[in-house]
Amino acid sequence: MSRFRKGEKKELPEINTGSTSDIIFMFLFFFITITNMRDATLKVTYSPPKATEVQKLEKKSLVASIYVGAPVGKNENTLPPGKISVQLNDQTIKQEDLVADVRDFVGTEKESRNEEDKNKLTFSLKIDKSVQMRYVNIIKSELRKNNALKINYAAGKIAEPKKN
Amino acid sequence: MARRAPSINTGSMADISFLLLSFFLMVSSINTEQGIPRRLPPPKDEKATEQKVDINRRNVLSVLVNFNDELLVNGEEIQISQLKDKAMEFLENPTNSSTLPEKKIKEINFLGDYPVSEGVISLTNDQSTSYDMYVQVQNELQKAVNELRDKVSSSYFGKKYDNLDTAFQNSIQKAVPMNISEAPPIDYNKTE
Repeated sequence: MSRFRKGEKKELPEINTGSTSDIIFMFLFFFITITNMRDATLKVTYSPPKATEVQKLEKKSLVASIYVGAPVGKNENTLPPGKISVQLNDQTIKQEDLVADVRDFVGTEKESRNEEDKNKLTFSLKIDKSVQMRYVNIIKSELRKNNALKINYAAGKIAEPKKN
Repeated sequence: MARRAPSINTGSMADISFLLLSFFLMVSSINTEQGIPRRLPPPKDEKATEQKVDINRRNVLSVLVNFNDELLVNGEEIQISQLKDKAMEFLENPTNSSTLPEKKIKEINFLGDYPVSEGVISLTNDQSTSYDMYVQVQNELQKAVNELRDKVSSSYFGKKYDNLDTAFQNSIQKAVPMNISEAPPIDYNKTE
């Protein structure tokens, strides 16, 4: 007995690490609440234009995105002249299906929201700055025809240049 | 006699939660959706024939963007940096000049009778205009309207537009409306 006690007295008491996991869990929940999952794997890269008058969109769940930009992989569907892809949901779409697919996309996005949110649904156009307006115009006119009138031109924020 | 259950070693709990934490950090994104919000005009009614709205010439600011991303405003070639002042002058018409848009007295909540500009900005772009330029133009026009709204807001309420309550914001929106009409695009270098 006495031998056992002797050995214990020499060692420093162990620090209780039981609460470390609680702290980390707290971090975890914090990050889960402030971030949002990437909803789609991007198959196009786009760098949005910069603007000074950008506004934040209110609710992420009421935003549907349409991506237009350069394709990442080699086997993606492109629009002529071949450097631009349009991505809806999880895939790039073929040129001949562009109009029909945008229509379907609007339909399914509206369908998946409840009645009162349908009119608050915003279509965010995430378009590379080098894209020509002809593709944007096609998408816009299709959105308009299908009564998806709230749109958003995604843009990065830059600080206002100095006032003269 | 019940034996005390041996305590479970929780030392690795921290490791597990760290793993989870780093996983969530990787798959999620913080960046918020931001951009320039716009409202498209309602779809054309198939039955109704295209109504020609007679708009006085002085009430229209025509903004043309060509395939070279150059700007033509009311027949005058300008730089993008000048567009905001042009649009502000057009929408505000501070001197009540007869070449700039007329104003109509309207009764607006909180503001009383306010002369609302009848001006409409007509925006036409080429099919080959770059999206960047298009957004820049929209941005400049938005900036012009925002500055006018700030001006009205600080003269009536002594605050910036952004800091007002929604009800006040709505009445200022009525006082300084954002009327952009987008004409069908032109196609200068048609490729087909």
